[in-house]
Amino acid sequence: MKSAVIVFPGSNCDRDLAVAFEAATGARPAMVWHRDTELPDDIDLIGVPGGFSYGDYLRSGAMAARSPVMQAVAKAADRGAFVLGICNGFQVLTESGLLPGALLRNADGHFICRDVALTVENAQSAFTSRYEAGESITFPVAHHDGNYCADDATLDRLEGEGRVALRYAESVNGSARNIAGILNDAGNVLGMMPHPERVIEPAHGSTDGKRLFQGLVEGLLARA
Amino acid sequence: MKARIFVTLKGGVLDPQGKAIHHALEGLGFGGVNDVRAGKLIELDLADGTSDEDIDAMCRKLLANTVIENYRIEKVA
Repeated sequence: MKSAVIVFPGSNCDRDLAVAFEAATGARPAMVWHRDTELPDDIDLIGVPGGFSYGDYLRSGAMAARSPVMQAVAKAADRGAFVLGICNGFQVLTESGLLPGALLRNADGHFICRDVALTVENAQSAFTSRYEAGESITFPVAHHDGNYCADDATLDRLEGEGRVALRYAESVNGSARNIAGILNDAGNVLGMMPHPERVIEPAHGSTDGKRLFQGLVEGLLARA
Repeated sequence: MKARIFVTLKGGVLDPQGKAIHHALEGLGFGGVNDVRAGKLIELDLADGTSDEDIDAMCRKLLANTVIENYRIEKVA
């Protein structure tokens, strides 16, 4: 099982995500620099980490989305590799068009850094298979631009197709319909603002995030 | 040749920055400000002969996110 974590200048959750990938897969992920044009052959799982890529210049995730490595990520996603974008990674995935919509400045204008309650809306996806539908879990968020926005037709389609994977239990940042994480139409790309990689060990205070990574590994094993 | 690109949030899109500016103006005692929307101005210094199509493509592919933003191109001689 091959995994990789993309590293942009300004990424700061890349190593945490690598630890989570290694704990779940048993193998150290490749750390792939943004200027690289290729990912390891037959890559199974790609993490687009949180942080402040390119200092959030222009728009959060805008520059990273146009970096050379993202073409390789898009190609791998097209081939069916799992792609997990967390926080800034979610912003990068929307900016690159791998996920619909956009992430705006939080409605109250504040940077929000705290634990938030989430509801698992779709427990059928590879990312959420280890959770129960309707289950309440708690992940930390740490973002300034997490206010998910899309037109009504897109939101209706996401809801109708079960592509809202995670929802905030209450309004956190102004997100349309309290959306915290969405899937692409094929179900192999997930973008989410909360940080599952920060709650995988008892020392973190919670292990709610661990099952996300375990579910991914099980999904990959089932495919093999 | 220069071009100025004005990037603004679309009508229905919430603008917390504009709101904060609005509040600050009120705090300074300026009444009569009905609304504030903040945007970006990007100035491009371009090779002569750069086509309008290319400038438009720059806006669509990077300078504006057309999911949430509009853009206007103003060419300066």
